[in-house]
Parts: sequence; structure tokens; C-alpha cells
Amino acid sequence: MALLEVKELAVQFGEFKAVDRISYQVEQGQVVGIVGESGSGKSVSSLAIMGLIDFPGKVTANALHFDGHDLKTISEKARRRIVGADVAMIFQDPMTSLNPCFTVGYQIMEAIKIHHGGSKKQRRERAIKLLNCVGIPDPANRLNVYPHQLSGGMSQRVMIAIAIACNPKLLIADEPTTALDVTIQGQIIELLLDLQKKDNMALVLITHDLALVAEAAHKIIVMYAGQIVEIGDAEVIFKSPLHPYTQALLNSLPEFTQDKQRLASLSGVVPGKYDRPHGCLLNPRCPYADKQCKTVEPILHARSENRQVKCHYPLSPEGNPSYE
Amino acid sequence: MFQFLLKRFGVLIPTFLGVTILTFVFVHLIPGDPVLIMAGERGLSPERHAELMAQLGLDKPLYQQYFNYLIGIFHGDLGVSFKSQIPVWEEFVPRFKATFELGMSAMVFAVFFGIPIGVLAAVKRGSIFDHTAISLSLTGYSMPIFWWGMMLVMLVSVHLNLTPVSGRVSDMLFLDDSNPLTGFMLIDTLFWGEEGDFIDAVQHLILPSIVLGTIPLAVIVRMTRSAMLEVLNEDYIRTARAKGVSRWRIIMVHALRNAMIPVVTIIGLQVGSMLAGAILTETVFSWPGIGRWLIDSLQRRDYPVVQSGVLIVATLIILVNLVIDMLYGIINPRIRHKK
Repeated sequence: MALLEVKELAVQFGEFKAVDRISYQVEQGQVVGIVGESGSGKSVSSLAIMGLIDFPGKVTANALHFDGHDLKTISEKARRRIVGADVAMIFQDPMTSLNPCFTVGYQIMEAIKIHHGGSKKQRRERAIKLLNCVGIPDPANRLNVYPHQLSGGMSQRVMIAIAIACNPKLLIADEPTTALDVTIQGQIIELLLDLQKKDNMALVLITHDLALVAEAAHKIIVMYAGQIVEIGDAEVIFKSPLHPYTQALLNSLPEFTQDKQRLASLSGVVPGKYDRPHGCLLNPRCPYADKQCKTVEPILHARSENRQVKCHYPLSPEGNPSYE
Repeated sequence: MFQFLLKRFGVLIPTFLGVTILTFVFVHLIPGDPVLIMAGERGLSPERHAELMAQLGLDKPLYQQYFNYLIGIFHGDLGVSFKSQIPVWEEFVPRFKATFELGMSAMVFAVFFGIPIGVLAAVKRGSIFDHTAISLSLTGYSMPIFWWGMMLVMLVSVHLNLTPVSGRVSDMLFLDDSNPLTGFMLIDTLFWGEEGDFIDAVQHLILPSIVLGTIPLAVIVRMTRSAMLEVLNEDYIRTARAKGVSRWRIIMVHALRNAMIPVVTIIGLQVGSMLAGAILTETVFSWPGIGRWLIDSLQRRDYPVVQSGVLIVATLIILVNLVIDMLYGIINPRIRHKK
């Protein structure tokens, strides 16, 4: 059985569907990349799994299973025992994600205390080990440091230390490198992958940077406007995308833009609350859209094993739409 | 830290001088002649008037009077009251103790109720409790102190007969002078009073504390609420939730500590306005504190008392704010480490 199984997960804020009936699975030890533009519901869907969506947000799902627990029906108290221990999350902006009033050591040891307990000395030793593990030099002294004394990269390392404090089975990294320097970005991703391999932990890597997940991820989930538009194995998806949106994302990578004056881009923005189109949500921006796209919503259907796409005219390996 | 303190005390000196000039000028701007007021309706001869003026040092030009006053201060001499012929400092100390006792218990009342109410209002945002707390605090803030005081006396003391009407203790209460009395009624009655004396002192303190504490209470409630609302939206609260921290612990540990930073500022500022409030409260409840003392002296044109009294009060407010500034460093590590 999959470690995390999500079926028809939806998150609504009033009338607005931030996440629209998405389903996917994460296996033990698998690295899954979730990609998409800002506003495509990547973060919200993971927050929903963590149980961090507040009123007025409404979470519904046909199934939400994690490691044998049904997260839909679980009590708040039982959920807290899982969250932070078996499933952990790190966030986009490490500088504001740490509490400025408490030392780094306190914040790491708090996570250990809640889930594992142990004596103060044991927790301290574990915290030092964790800081060492995430590549922070002189860890024993860094325990007494406050977050404002750390750089962004260091803060993110501390966040990772907190997240892996209780040996989670699943780590969700929500744009872990977006707020960091390019040089640091690589280091953080490398660190995450190292930890993932060492403990055979499942890792969900949420990002809008396809290049980042290209090498790392086993499976890629492409999201647009709260929906999954394509799922596939990483190598396959990059070689021959089936969905026009995935194709557009790939074309906008600087690596594909040699000898061109400008970066390729998809005009327009992700539809918001008031401008959701009929039919396929991408149709106003899709270069291949025809009449059917404007009236009938395509369904996410399997093309081959591990390969699903939500498009009327999936692209051929040459990158052309397959009109009948 | 040492540098920080040095800088703070550097600011203290010009402020101190400014206060002496302002109080001196304003007191002397008020029309009225202290000698004539002392003489009362009988009046007195011009010769005697001139003699008394010379005796009090009021015949000299104003700037000279000011410098004499300033020199006195630097020698530790705050002047002697025209009326009682007692040094101002000696008059000040017992009255200050009365005001301090009242102010402290009013502040304890305001903080003790204000912070929990504010936290609860923020956590239960939009609930009936929240709306009630907000509108009541607005009412409390806009209520005239003397009116509120008299209404409470009418209701609680006169109609319900629950607390005494005025004063610090009952007239019958006797404390033996041979004991080392502190001047704080709660302490004195507790250690050296007879049975029931302490309760008597507490009963006298209840209504004035509520009256004086109402405005700070209202301000603290609103400030705590808005600070909590802001903090609860911060990323680090989300991090704490993702760690599996309980809701109670998130509010009381992760959020409250951060929300306390603006609240402590407000509490410090309230100390200043509480001294203004103390004047009215002390008048309503016949509380023998510095508020009433200053008002009485002002009416008598008792220049040394007013000048030095205001000066001491201003210095105290500056010192309180200094303490508050140092408190920041304890609450907020970002300020502590700033070079």
C-alpha cells in the first residue's frame, strides 16, 4: 500500500476551489515533485494533508490515507501525534518560519519533546546530532543562537533539522529554496536528497522550478489552477510532455532558450476566483485550444502505466496536439 | 548594555532640564500671588506683603529665582512648602507611597484581566466574547474617570454597601508608630495591624483600583488582541503547528511571547497617563496621594511643591520607560543583540 494516498482531495475557500479533486499516491522512499505556477494549489494541497487549513477553508476528500491512518476521520489529538513526527513539512521562507523569540535549540528540542520525550540531556544530544546532520558547523554552540542571527540558508537547514527530528516517513518541502540564493539552493536540495536516501524517506518537493526536480524526482505531478493536469515518471515527462501546459513550462526554462532573444512564456495568468473559464481551465492560454476545449472539461485519464493526462488532445512525442 | 544605559541617561539630563524650565515658567504664568492667598480674606499691609515676598525669595527677578531653584535641585534641595514649611521631599514620600500603592494595584488589575481577555478575544475572533470585549473596552476607554468613579461609589458603596466610600483605611484603624512602618497600607496592616485590618485596607483599595485601572485595562485588551491576531498569522505559528504543538501551547508560548512586545510598550506608556488619572481618582476617593497633593498646592500657588512635585513625577515616568526599554531586550532577542 502506498505511504500516502490522496483521492479526490478538494480545498475550497467559499466559492473558490483552491484545490480541485486531486488524486495521487506517494510510495515509501519515493521522491515526488509537484510543479506549477504560483496559485496552482500546490502548497494548499499539502497544507490540507498536514491539517493546517484554517476556517474558512474547507477540506474534502474521498480518501486521505497516510501510513494506515485515515487523516479524514482522525481526531485532532491523534493527528498531532502524526504531524511533526511521521509527516513533517518545511516552508518557503525560512527567515520568518522560525520563532524569533526562541533559540534554535529550543525549537528543535521542542519537536523532540512533543513526540519522543526523553530527558533534557538526551534531547540536547539529539539536537546537536541533527544540526550536524544538516551541515551546520559548531552545532553545540549554535543551539543557543536566535533565528535572526542566522542567514537564510542556515535557517532553512535548521527548519530541515526540526522536520527530520522525529525521523519522518514523509517530508513535504514547500518551495524550500525559493527564498534563497542560487548557490544555496543547490546545497539545500542536495541535503534534502541525501537525507531522503539515508533514511529511505518519502519526499514531496513542491516547486515552480522544473529544473530543480528534473534530476531529483522519480515522479512528477503537474498542477494548474488547483487541478492535476499531468502525472508521469520524471524522465518521460521531460522528454515528451503530454499536456500543453507541461510543454509550456518546459519551454520557459532558460536551458531551452539558446539562440533566442526572449524566454518563451505562456501569456496570461492562472485563473482566480472570478475568471474561471468553462471547459478546460487552460483554454484561454493554450495555443492548441479548439471548440471542444472551451465547452467540455477533459478528464484525467491514463495513457500508459504511471502516466496520466488531463487533455482532449494530448501531445505527440514531436510536441504536436493529436486532433482526431 | 552599558553603552545602552549610558545613552539613555544622556537623554535623561536634557529632559530633566526641560521639565524644570517648563514647570517653572508655567507655574509662574498662572495669575495669583501665594502671599495673598495665604493671608486669606483678612488681607495684609503692603509693607508686610513686601517683607513676606522677600522672605520667600519671590522679590527677585524670575531668571534669578529659576537659577536659585536649579542650584537647590543640584544640591538635593527641592525647596520647602510655603504652606506647611516642610521640605517638599518629606511631603512627597508618604504621598507617593499612597499613589504607588494605588497605581500598582490598578496596574495589576489591568494586566491581570487585560492580557487574558485580549488573548481570548483574539483566539475566539468574531465570537460574541470578542465583540463584547471590544465594545466594553471602547466604553471603558471613553468613560470620564470622575463620573465612572462616582457611579461605582454610588452603586457598590452606597447602594450595595460592599466597600467603603473613601480613604485608604477606616478612621478607627490604628497602627503603632513604634513599628517600622513602610507607608504601604497593605504591607503595614498585614504585618503590624490587628486582625481584619488587612481586609479593611484591601476593601478600600478595590474601587479606586478599578477606576484607575479601567483605561489601562481597555488599552491592554485592545493591544493584546490586535498583537495576537497579527502574530497568529505569522509563518512561525504555522511551523509550530506543523511540528504537532498543541493549540494551547501555540497560543501561550509561541504567540504570546511575540505579542507581548507591543503590549509591554503600551503598559509603560500607561504608567504616565495613570498619574494623570490618579489625580482624578484620588480626588473622588479622597486618597491621600500625590495627585491630590499637587492639585491642592497648585490652588495655593505653592510654587516649590508644584515645581518639584512635577519634576519628580516626570523623572519617575522617564525612569519607568527606561525600565520598559530594558524589558524589551529580555522579551525580544532581536533588540538585545542589536549593536
